Amino acid sequence: MIAAELEREVVALNYRYARCLDENRLDDWPEFFTDDCRYYIQPRDNRDHGLEGYWLYFENRRMLRDRVVSLKEVNIYQIHYERRMVSNVEITGRDGEGWVARANFLVVHTDNEGRSKIFSAGEYRDRIVGAGGGLRFRERAVIADTFTVPSHLSMPI
Amino acid sequence: MSAVLRPGIPQPRWPAADFTQVPFSVHIDPALFELEQERIFRGRTWHYLGLEAELPNPGDFVASYVGVTPVVLNRGKDGQLHAFVNRCAHRGAAVVREKRGNAATHTCIYHQWSYDHKGNLVGIPYRRGINGNGGYPADFKPEEHGLQTLRVESYRGVVFGTFAKDMESLADYMGEPVRQRFDALCSRPIRVVGYQRQLIRGNWKLYVENLKDCYHGALLHAFNSKFGMFRTSQRGSTQMAGNGLHCVLTTYGKKDEKMGSTYAKVGTYKPAFQLEAPEVVEYFEEHDDGMVSTVLSLFPTFVLAQIANHLGFRHIIPKSVDEFELVWINFVYADDTEEHLYRRRMQGNLLGPGGYLSMEDAEALELAHATILSQGGKGHAFVEMGGREMADQDHLVTEVPIRTFWKGYCELMGMRVGA
Repeated sequence: MIAAELEREVVALNYRYARCLDENRLDDWPEFFTDDCRYYIQPRDNRDHGLEGYWLYFENRRMLRDRVVSLKEVNIYQIHYERRMVSNVEITGRDGEGWVARANFLVVHTDNEGRSKIFSAGEYRDRIVGAGGGLRFRERAVIADTFTVPSHLSMPI
Repeated sequence: MSAVLRPGIPQPRWPAADFTQVPFSVHIDPALFELEQERIFRGRTWHYLGLEAELPNPGDFVASYVGVTPVVLNRGKDGQLHAFVNRCAHRGAAVVREKRGNAATHTCIYHQWSYDHKGNLVGIPYRRGINGNGGYPADFKPEEHGLQTLRVESYRGVVFGTFAKDMESLADYMGEPVRQRFDALCSRPIRVVGYQRQLIRGNWKLYVENLKDCYHGALLHAFNSKFGMFRTSQRGSTQMAGNGLHCVLTTYGKKDEKMGSTYAKVGTYKPAFQLEAPEVVEYFEEHDDGMVSTVLSLFPTFVLAQIANHLGFRHIIPKSVDEFELVWINFVYADDTEEHLYRRRMQGNLLGPGGYLSMEDAEALELAHATILSQGGKGHAFVEMGGREMADQDHLVTEVPIRTFWKGYCELMGMRVGA
């Protein structure tokens, strides 16, 4: 793929991912990942101090699907809407057959009184594989600057 | 109770000495919150400050809070632990700005007054003036301008402080069942694997009650029952200490009835859902007595818990009458094998701000606090599960620890009880 085309695809992948979660299509979320994917959410203060401290740490797509079932059928959490702003998408290097990329995010939650608040600001650190419109995350590390969670964490970021 | 209460909020009234009714106003009264700072947080109690594992070297420090008061725990050049209030004796600015680090001395940015690890004032710019101008009066005594200090004690590497210098020892304050859990969980060297923080819109005591609330475990946290992890019918115990203020809840597994293995074998209990990735709940036995989980809450704001193989401390930090921060300090043992570390990392998904077994607490507490607030603190919570008694129990179908907590709280706060 030529650089401009790849960049368009990676941006489109990020936008599709954001829309999937903003529209609460949880069942589709694991499909953005490879079977052997790694997905984790790590508060930035831990990362900066060389600590794991993950809020969530999943190392295959089965774990992602379990999260979806649990969120849909079992866990109880705040009733809310989500809205993601994704920007600063950059491809920063090669990773075997794939690419290393990053992007900034801002997640806004709106509660069932209609009040919106910033839930999390941070950065995606990605390893992406595939081509021709079929890009997937082999790894998506969510690094949250907002290292104190407002209330609680339910949906993926 | 001598506080002048905010108009419109009823004086907390405890109708019965069995503490089966808890006045909602205790969660929303700003005057009561102030009184708690005086009588609990600056009173005769011990408070979590940090871990020796966080302070291996002289000069290492961690910043924390005792109630709303910012404090710093230091390891001095003498290797001893010291703690002071993080408030410059000159003009009141926070002296230490980082959450943790290493420093030879601590210097306030404002006018560069500097302090040693014990909080002694050791540096004062322009103390004798410049070219005959300014300077402090001749009777200025640096030793009278140190930082306010706390008495510090450590038990099995967990460090606590108190403003009550003549306080009983930390070990005596804990009492036998609490010490037993520390001995069981903190006898080996530990390593901190991370800090998790959440800011919850609710009074800090709602979380303390929640920690003592055996009733909600399998109900609110449906992951337990729907995935066949834990049932209220499981063998357990409820033990109190410290005049009812501390509490140790424990569950035990039978051979065929353990988290993880229950899940894997299913057995007689059919979970509603199957996990595709059971590695999240699979655990290894760590205790000879079959203990699967234990949650120890040490009054006022400290928790030591093992849930399956997940190990952690929790620190509740009140921010205002309506808000508290919950800090999870997760740890492993320094001599853990790779397999142990893997299990603990996987089970990390169970706890914390987004954990399968814990995310609901914040939602439940915020729902409670919001309605208590909107109703002006009127009315009482009803706390009669397991009857009206106050004794230790050999099961978890009870609200006894909530009742004993409020009894101890009222005594410490000097609140009138009954009618």
